Amino acid sequence: MNPEATIDKSAILGHFGSYGGRFVPEALIGALDQLEAAHLAAKSDPSFQAELAELHRTYTGRPSIITEVKRFAEHAGGARIFLKREDLNHTGSHKINNVLGQALLTKRMGKKRIIAETGAGQHGVASATAAALMGLECVVYMGEEDTKRQALNVARMKLLGAEVVPVTQGSRTLKDAINEAMRDWVTNVETTHYLLGTVAGPHPFPEMVRDFHRVIGVEAREQMLAEVGRLPDAVLACVGGGSNAIGIWHPFIDDAGVRLIGFEAGGSGVETGKHAATITGGSPGVLHGTRTYVLQDANGQTIESHSISAGLDYPGVGPEHAYLHDIGRAEYRAINDDQAMEAFSLLSRTEGIIPAIETAHALAGALIIGRELGPDAILLINHSGRGDKDVQTAAQYFGIPL
Amino acid sequence: MYSTPLSELFIHTKAENRAALIGYLPAGFPTIADSSKVIAAMVEGGVDAIEIGFPYSDPVMDGPVIQNAAEQSLKNGTGASDVFDLMAATTKLGVPAVVMTYWNPIERYGVEAFAQSLKAAGGSGVITPDLTVEESTQWSQASQDSQINRIYVVAPSTSEARMPLVTSQCSGFIYAASLMGVTGTRNSVSGDARALVARIRSTSDLPVAVGLGVSNAAQAHEVADYADGVIVGSAFIREVQESVNIEEACERVRELARSLSQGVRR
Repeated sequence: MNPEATIDKSAILGHFGSYGGRFVPEALIGALDQLEAAHLAAKSDPSFQAELAELHRTYTGRPSIITEVKRFAEHAGGARIFLKREDLNHTGSHKINNVLGQALLTKRMGKKRIIAETGAGQHGVASATAAALMGLECVVYMGEEDTKRQALNVARMKLLGAEVVPVTQGSRTLKDAINEAMRDWVTNVETTHYLLGTVAGPHPFPEMVRDFHRVIGVEAREQMLAEVGRLPDAVLACVGGGSNAIGIWHPFIDDAGVRLIGFEAGGSGVETGKHAATITGGSPGVLHGTRTYVLQDANGQTIESHSISAGLDYPGVGPEHAYLHDIGRAEYRAINDDQAMEAFSLLSRTEGIIPAIETAHALAGALIIGRELGPDAILLINHSGRGDKDVQTAAQYFGIPL
Repeated sequence: MYSTPLSELFIHTKAENRAALIGYLPAGFPTIADSSKVIAAMVEGGVDAIEIGFPYSDPVMDGPVIQNAAEQSLKNGTGASDVFDLMAATTKLGVPAVVMTYWNPIERYGVEAFAQSLKAAGGSGVITPDLTVEESTQWSQASQDSQINRIYVVAPSTSEARMPLVTSQCSGFIYAASLMGVTGTRNSVSGDARALVARIRSTSDLPVAVGLGVSNAAQAHEVADYADGVIVGSAFIREVQESVNIEEACERVRELARSLSQGVRR
């Protein structure tokens, strides 16, 4: 008997071409199956959708507006540029969209404790917020290095009642925080939901997190048609794990005339090896439960990533991005630290909007794409987060004494 | 099904009415040169089979002891060739050996090539703690072609419906994780282990070895009562870490192995 015949391959979801899937300890399969079932049930349950939509209306502050940035656009070859203002959401970034959705699912699954990983602290803060709102226990794993870079967000999480665990293993950044969260989950899976913050990890996370962020693109597409009268020529977003990018892109995927352009963290330059540009400078492999592009060496060991932006400092990327790249539907380019900080400063000074350094990578990308496409072009940028958390890093970068 | 030195071992230990003692060590730990000495000490002390760890940068199934050992090994520069060299040195001692590795190093090396290199070094099989059976098509073929065993981990949370899907994919033995958690020594072996082994046996005739949390002779004896194999990892590593030099490390490892090998005799 061929033992393979006993496995029904048609039942195995969660692949994007050859990417995605599940590469996890057997102990987690039951929890992933439970989560997948809860997600699918919620997706087709009008009462769940209504509850989430009401939370977004009265708590998140959705729909978020779009803002045309004319003075900034003067530096981008005259193209018209619109920002989808996810920075105006409660907690200051797009992360809340996914967190509220998963927190509601946690309650539906009867679990009382959530764990989360965080790099910049945005996802950790959003998770701590949702836990406070819904009465869940919350533990956030954060690389020790990041707890120093983002001390303000550590304090915010603690004020919200979460426990923050500094991770001292490995490179002490986001990837190690994910490892530690997965170890906690393997141990406490019966009582605990792992509230993963990006479109990576084992199935169903990439699909589920995308579905919770699709609202960004759904709103933005309607807003562009209503307020500008046509779809943009390109939709731009920064890509670390890739949640904000997939969220705004997904409703545009069938619009063949709309280019989807992602900007990865080029760090000191992809050619220096000190970067976090996984698609630009990595290769297919398996990391954190999914097959995708990975920064890795000849032995398959993960290489430490580098970026001025803690939120993009990750050596993997969501598997759907790997797929969109390979089929040519989305383009990925690297933006170096210096380019991102220049755009950070430019938006602050021309528009009075201080972006997150993550978001500044997409803004820097807009300066390049705008010049490439010329003055008739219309660009839509996912302005994924606000820069309050980055004031210390930026002050240090620009030599402003604190 | 083809036989391997590993599958032969379980026939032998069953005839002796005892469990097999399986010892784990990451390749390249404490140094690339000394890991073969530690393994030789294990074998001298009575370990029946060796599980060589391929050190990996992101070991989500491992607790702090193995994490630290893997990190030290990676700092020593351990790579695939060192793993296969250690495998060759180990099997020359006359004991069956397997590699335990997370999936990405296999995929990076080349799935077919990995199975072939393992076979060439005398290895009996591979334990893959993060390869789900759903993703195993290529590995099933490659391991079959090279006639090596593929060993999957079964957990207490593995459902009744899923159990036969996993156990039917295994050969050599089935790895029963004694508890929900990561590797590391525990004060007692989880009560879940006995029930899990019984559930596995209702789906498969393969030998079942229990890992996670076994560190002393008394625990080994308890597990040997119902399992065909007892896997000890972190306890050996701790002996090495607490030693001032390789001679002391080997002596302490040999002593622990002696004690454990008494434990697995019923």
